[in-house]
Amino acid sequence: MRRTTLALGALVASLGSALPAQTIAITGGTVYPVSGPKITNGTVIITNGRIAAVGAGLAIPAGATRVDATGKWVTPGLLVAGSTIGLAEAGGPQFSGGYNDSRARGSDGVSASFKAWEGVNPANTFFRKNVQAGVTTIGLTAASGYIGGQAAVLHLTGGTVAEMLVKGSVAMLASLNPGAANTQSRGEMLAKLREVLSDARAYGTRRLQYEAGNTRSFALPRRELEALQPVLAGTMPLIVSVSRASDIRLALGIANEFKLRLVLNEADEGWMVADAIALAGVPVMVGAMNNIPQSFDALNARQDNAALLRKAGVRVVLVNNGPAGADAYNIQNIRQEAGNAVAYGMSWDDALRAITLVPAEVLGVADRVGSLQVGRDGDVVVWDGDPFEFSTLAEQVFIRGVLQTGDSREDALMKRYVTKPAKFLGTP
Amino acid sequence: MPVARSLATAVATALTTVVTLVAVPPLHAQARPAADTAKRTTPPGLGALSLPNADPFPSTYKAWPAKPTVIRNANILTAAGPVIRNGAILLRDGKIAAVGQTVTATADAVVIDAEGRWVTPGLIDTHSHLGVYPAPGTAAHSDGNEATAPVTAHVWAEHSVWPQDPQFPRVLAGGITAMQILPGSANLIGGRSTVLKPVPSTSVQGMKFPGAKYGLKMACGENPKRVYANRGPATRMANVAGYRNAWIGAERYRRQWDKWLETRQGDPPARDLNNETLAEVLRGNILIHNHCYQADEMQQMIDIAKEFGYSIRSFHHGVEAYKIADVLAAEGISASIWSDWGGFKMESLDGVRGNVGIVHAAGGRAIVHSDDPSYEQRMNQEAAKSIAAAKALGITVSDAEAIKWITIHAAWALGLEDRIGSLEVGKNADVVLWSGHPFSVYTRAERVWIDGALMYDRQDPAKRWKTDFELGYITGGSH
Repeated sequence: MRRTTLALGALVASLGSALPAQTIAITGGTVYPVSGPKITNGTVIITNGRIAAVGAGLAIPAGATRVDATGKWVTPGLLVAGSTIGLAEAGGPQFSGGYNDSRARGSDGVSASFKAWEGVNPANTFFRKNVQAGVTTIGLTAASGYIGGQAAVLHLTGGTVAEMLVKGSVAMLASLNPGAANTQSRGEMLAKLREVLSDARAYGTRRLQYEAGNTRSFALPRRELEALQPVLAGTMPLIVSVSRASDIRLALGIANEFKLRLVLNEADEGWMVADAIALAGVPVMVGAMNNIPQSFDALNARQDNAALLRKAGVRVVLVNNGPAGADAYNIQNIRQEAGNAVAYGMSWDDALRAITLVPAEVLGVADRVGSLQVGRDGDVVVWDGDPFEFSTLAEQVFIRGVLQTGDSREDALMKRYVTKPAKFLGTP
Repeated sequence: MPVARSLATAVATALTTVVTLVAVPPLHAQARPAADTAKRTTPPGLGALSLPNADPFPSTYKAWPAKPTVIRNANILTAAGPVIRNGAILLRDGKIAAVGQTVTATADAVVIDAEGRWVTPGLIDTHSHLGVYPAPGTAAHSDGNEATAPVTAHVWAEHSVWPQDPQFPRVLAGGITAMQILPGSANLIGGRSTVLKPVPSTSVQGMKFPGAKYGLKMACGENPKRVYANRGPATRMANVAGYRNAWIGAERYRRQWDKWLETRQGDPPARDLNNETLAEVLRGNILIHNHCYQADEMQQMIDIAKEFGYSIRSFHHGVEAYKIADVLAAEGISASIWSDWGGFKMESLDGVRGNVGIVHAAGGRAIVHSDDPSYEQRMNQEAAKSIAAAKALGITVSDAEAIKWITIHAAWALGLEDRIGSLEVGKNADVVLWSGHPFSVYTRAERVWIDGALMYDRQDPAKRWKTDFELGYITGGSH
């Protein structure tokens, strides 16, 4: 891919250093901080990998590397909140050394202790191609079972998982899927869920007795009971994947019963219960291109679900719920989701928030990423136009103040072959 | 020879044959008791013989009532030349009657002021599984793969199509006016495809594109060898042996039948549905649509086609088409490919976003296809991604060229390039009026005409078709 690297030689040379001790000034562009109104002819200053200043008419520090963004759009790096990127080179265990790093065997449908991000391979080839498209950050949401594991927020660059990690254990992933709970029905699954949550609560108040062997037996092993404690304490959100309107009400009911911090995911029929969701103050992670009644639980999936939820006052996170691979290989298409959300009634500003600041807030990392505010990580994208339009290129992508350069595997393949057709060999 | 005339010839031939049959009953009929023979008051239908161009499930599609319609003040991508700015198009009697800077319309014409919005041909998808894998996804309706034997040329996708699939109105709302419904890719040879229009009907025959040729689905690589790992083919070399064995049998069958059809002496050879379809490929009456990801395998399939004397009309998925863009251009094989799908299995690892652009730049016939009911609703967006990916490689593709990826090139792959795929006088009036530029993410199809009839209007609930399935289940919603 052709990337503008003029006048940035010094930065390129610094590749590999996590926190370069230098200052970058992105000037002249229209800046969308997301946390506040857009700034025409604005400046973003990044120092030592963090945003040092954002505004109009700022003084440029001496020695700063200037990036002329005149005529460009400047936004925070995009945050894709639902992704399994980095866990496999392609679908299936054979592409990750014989293991499926997106899955856990769990204990009878509970994998609360499963931290999928620990299995991320920083060398995964999908990262760079998506970074080039403006995605800097993801919520890693691989899970198994009805209580499926813990999510983490990661940057899409770094030599180690530790370098990539913005924050681990940001949410617990769950689903109201009776099959995932090894049960036959919603009713049976709910009974099991209540038992599990009650046991975890009991364990939490009787740890000493448990260690001494003075409690009744619990439905789960210790590691699962322990992992559920922050969920029961309301400090860790529970992201529940659910589609049918009545199941959304069930999820709202369980959350109320156990005082959980609920986040809804998928929510195809969310628009039908938008007022109840809004009243409960529950955020929703939803795609903007799902209008197919894929199952009898999603009969009323509709294109403007995201916009209708937003209109009802729900905090909306846009995610890729599209065809297979959309949550890993093609997370770049989060831009297409946002554009389609706008086409079907969401405001442009809300759509940008839904792929930056709102997911950062929902996943508890808004102090690090998701907006252009002082102190946040220097995750900035300079676009040559509206970031949602297909014709727009992410010209420069900074993660923690480091300009992202270098070819993806895709680039290397294309470069090898694009020179081959030297002449037209035929006319269609 | 035009398809319609071929069919007429076939009908005439068949009728002649029927007379012959009645005069000289086949052996098994002669052996029957006299009383039984006497009961036969009607001659056998056309399907009783392995005839070229036989059409036992003929289309019953009739165009919806249409008023003459003029769309004025539109930017028109014709897929047959440069963009016409502030132009006009006249639809009359189901055909495009005029297109240009201005058109002359009679007083009875409905006049639509496009106010600078965009008009394109109806979009065409060469790779759809609507109806054979309908929504909701249930085992009861999972009818796209006859995964019981590696060669199933005897099955026809149309016999699996559920016309009440709620995905049909959704792709219509996305500007699709014709699509090829293919069997799945479990088999080396998966069965016949059919070309449908997304229109309300109680039968698949009512959706069939009149006179469209059949296609035949073939599949390379991982899928067949995975599905048949236990009984074979379990390897790529067995895949190739499987294709070749099938064509060897088909060639013998074709020879026997063509000889009999020429002489009509004695009993006709035994019919065999599998070989009947394959023989029609060898006669050039059925078009090959070959699911094949890798460059090496595509080149092997080209050799197999040459060995047995048939043509490959389109490679489907072809994530490595860019590696052999020159070969595809020279062989005249179209590439039905994705804008950005890849990386989901070993044979798709080398997928690149520039695939469409590189095939295009080499002079190949690039087609953006879907293979997905979500993508199929947004073919214009998929094409737009490929324009941007090409641009990033330094390949500039104009809107007037890119629209061909989802219209006339796809029409060619289906053998329908003389009837649909571009806005030219005399062609079917399959037209989309868009809310903005068709390659913008914010644009939606506003109105869709098929054969001159307004089949979808975003502003008019009466023109928002709901399938039978949706009634009572789906309470509201936008397509």
